[in-house]
Amino acid sequence: MVITPVTIAFFIMAAFTLGGSLGVVTNRNLFHAALYLILALFGAAGLFVLLEAPFLAAVQVLIYVGAISVLIAITIMVTRRIMGVESANRQWPLSALVGLLLAATLGFVIMDRFAGKFPVAGVPDDSLTRLGMALVSYEGMEAYLVPFEVASVLLLAAMIGAIVVARK
Amino acid sequence: MIPLHWYLLVAAGMFALGVYGVLARRNMVAIIMSIELMLNAVNINLVAFWRYMAPENLNGQAFAIFVFTVAAAEAAVGLALIISIYRARETVVAKEIDMLKW
Repeated sequence: MVITPVTIAFFIMAAFTLGGSLGVVTNRNLFHAALYLILALFGAAGLFVLLEAPFLAAVQVLIYVGAISVLIAITIMVTRRIMGVESANRQWPLSALVGLLLAATLGFVIMDRFAGKFPVAGVPDDSLTRLGMALVSYEGMEAYLVPFEVASVLLLAAMIGAIVVARK
Repeated sequence: MIPLHWYLLVAAGMFALGVYGVLARRNMVAIIMSIELMLNAVNINLVAFWRYMAPENLNGQAFAIFVFTVAAAEAAVGLALIISIYRARETVVAKEIDMLKW
């Protein structure tokens, strides 16, 4: 394995992602867990950059780090009075076992099927333009107009639903 | 260049940690945070497979965008439900919300 700046960046971002995830599920202070969630999501954004998907990295920072994390932080603050510090429930050893088994199975399959694969081709220069076109085009190989509209309706419904549900 | 399985292993670890969080934590906000972790792990997988298997067509990235959309909607509605339940029952512990349990 050759150590290049890209591999170093990958290791840093992977450490952010996995360390942040571990902090989210183990930290007993909920607000600290939310901060760890921001770290993990930021690490994932870094991985998107390394995977040459800059638009997704930007969306990740905007939606997850910017919007969802703030929403979660506000919810924690609103509901903090009763449960500032929590402990894991009684079956946490079983849960840890399930998680470890899942990780082991996934790791085995990944190492069995996908070990040492490298990209088959480079990313086209116009990929960002084509992604934008794909989301609003109706014909061709990459036609996502209908899913795009469905997603818009879903977001509208979620917005109205959230307002109605959370209102007194 | 980084081999594909490194990304997949990071995503698998993130997903397993999310599963553990959903199963082990008692606070509903913590459970939602763990679900976000799992959705994010799926997204890393999608983008990694797009980059390494089929970079010439953008279906992998488009799919990831829809996962983002669903995650955002899920977080908004889920947190609204938590606030609503908190108002009605003064609790955010998943175990104590058992009105529908027979």
